[in-house]
Amino acid sequence: MSVLMAATAAVLFGIGTYLLMQRKLSRLIIGLGLIGHGANIVFVTTSRRGSAPIIGTGDQSDFADPVPQALVLTAIVISFGVTALLLALAYRSWLLTDDDEVADDPDDRAISKASPDIEVDDAEMEEASEEEATEPGVVA
Amino acid sequence: MNVILPAPIVLPLIAAALSILCGRSRLAQRIIGITTLTALVALSIVILVRVDSEGIVVVQVGDWPAPLGITLVADRLSAIMLVTAAVVLLAVLLYAIGQPGVDQNHVGFQSTYLMLAAGVSAAFLTGDLFDLFVAIEMMLTASYVLMTLGGRLQQVRSGMTYVVISLVASVLFLLTLAFMYAATGTMNLADLVGRIAELPAGVQAALAGLLLVVFGIKAALFPLYFWLPDSYPTAPAAVTAIFAGLLTKVGLYAIIRTQTLLFPSDSRPATLLLVVAGLTMIVGILGAIAQEDIKRIFSFYIISQIGYIIMGLGLFTLAGIAGAVFAIVHHIVVKTTLFLVGGLIEHAGGTSRLNRLGNMMATAPLIAILFLLPALSLAGIPPFSGFVAKFGLFDATARSSEWAILAVGVMVSLLTLFSIFKIWVSVFWSPAIAAAEPDDGPAKVPRRLPRLMLVPTAVLAALTLAIGLGAGPLYDLSDRAAADLVDPNHYIEAVLGP
Repeated sequence: MSVLMAATAAVLFGIGTYLLMQRKLSRLIIGLGLIGHGANIVFVTTSRRGSAPIIGTGDQSDFADPVPQALVLTAIVISFGVTALLLALAYRSWLLTDDDEVADDPDDRAISKASPDIEVDDAEMEEASEEEATEPGVVA
Repeated sequence: MNVILPAPIVLPLIAAALSILCGRSRLAQRIIGITTLTALVALSIVILVRVDSEGIVVVQVGDWPAPLGITLVADRLSAIMLVTAAVVLLAVLLYAIGQPGVDQNHVGFQSTYLMLAAGVSAAFLTGDLFDLFVAIEMMLTASYVLMTLGGRLQQVRSGMTYVVISLVASVLFLLTLAFMYAATGTMNLADLVGRIAELPAGVQAALAGLLLVVFGIKAALFPLYFWLPDSYPTAPAAVTAIFAGLLTKVGLYAIIRTQTLLFPSDSRPATLLLVVAGLTMIVGILGAIAQEDIKRIFSFYIISQIGYIIMGLGLFTLAGIAGAVFAIVHHIVVKTTLFLVGGLIEHAGGTSRLNRLGNMMATAPLIAILFLLPALSLAGIPPFSGFVAKFGLFDATARSSEWAILAVGVMVSLLTLFSIFKIWVSVFWSPAIAAAEPDDGPAKVPRRLPRLMLVPTAVLAALTLAIGLGAGPLYDLSDRAAADLVDPNHYIEAVLGP
């Protein structure tokens, strides 16, 4: 049983990590969900298995350890909230750019361009600086 | 049951709820925010005085005995952190109210900010590793919202990076907690100490390493710092200031707490910490020198300064940890002030890029003074707080005969000074080259600065001078805090009983 749980967690982490390497936000979010569940499964596996731990229903030495399950429940609730926020961000990104791909940082590109060793695509660079220029500043 | 420890967590949460209910009136929201944070400052000072005179204060929430229930603990380190955090939170809130802009006037700003305050307090006061996870999540979730409140393209882009990297760190944290529970069967910090000591050395080292990686991401240690300079500069100045001052410091606090308390002295990753500290300092300052945007330069300063604090911890001596505690207090205040000044520069000059700013010595001399105070403090020039912090750390390093890291520290100090001169020359002394570029934004004429932005910045800048001039009492307090940390038996006795 433990081996099966461990294998499940391993598969979830594997797929999740692959999805995290993608540039599309929707895949990133699914990937985060998967590795989150992987961690939850590992946590549940650490507890002793047995009957439901309600006092008066049976022998206390057969009871399952309820603590990890309570802790995992908290973790699930937290990841639920954050996933909702991420989806909202992805939707916002899609509204603004018609795409949910994570773009490069314009400052990083500017600095790579300043270095003679690294070649940067000029067209992309201009695009990035235009984006920056059209964006209303904080103080505007 | 004692109410003084739960209050700093519960009070901001209630205020956050009230703030949402008063969503129609910005004035009511602001009054709630300012009142709550003023109360938080008072409360945390009371806690500090009490902890310093009576020793560690412990509250078992709901009166469940220690390893079973939720434990809140305040020792000197948590109390010092709590006071510093509360002061900075209040100053930045005032600044945010004074700063014009859509983000700070958003209906959700005040309540989210108070949630962040509750999360930070909870992280400092908890005596339970899982509660630390929950507290950090509370703080981070509030920070995700604050960072992307404006919904601008740049914010969404960098906000995504920040949220994703924080979530990966959280999953790793949960996994570490799972391994820890599997190995020991408890999450209470004081209870963990005895049980971890019984584990095989390999398992101890693995747990220490995992915790270091998890908190290293939060604290932006080398090589896990890459997310910070990308994401921090896009938020409004007030928000960036509070992130810079507090969020990474919660990670640092967690590193100091877990590494000093949980692990026996022979399984601590001391050498690793010193190497990481040196690399963090070097990479941080080199990154800062390469940047062309004030807010990004300041973000890289955060990284290099965190290296100094980790250097103090890595020595694992009384003097080293005392230096690290003092350096954290200095760093929170100075870093926040610098970002607030960065906001003032951006407000007056219309941009935060070095090559578009100029001649502000003539147009805004007050900003020049306000910049110089925290900047010189950061570089470690006497009589500012940075001098005392660095002197304490270097002294401790020399006493432990760690000459390599000492040399790195001194060199990075010089480079910090160089980088500050670079900002000073191009922002304040150079002629206004910006006039040559006609298409560069609206604000050529220096604008009047709102008083509510100036006063909190000036107060914090004065505070860094005060910490430097009156360093004696605070340094003694840091010494006593470090003494608590070096000998964890007091902590364990206070929580579990003799």
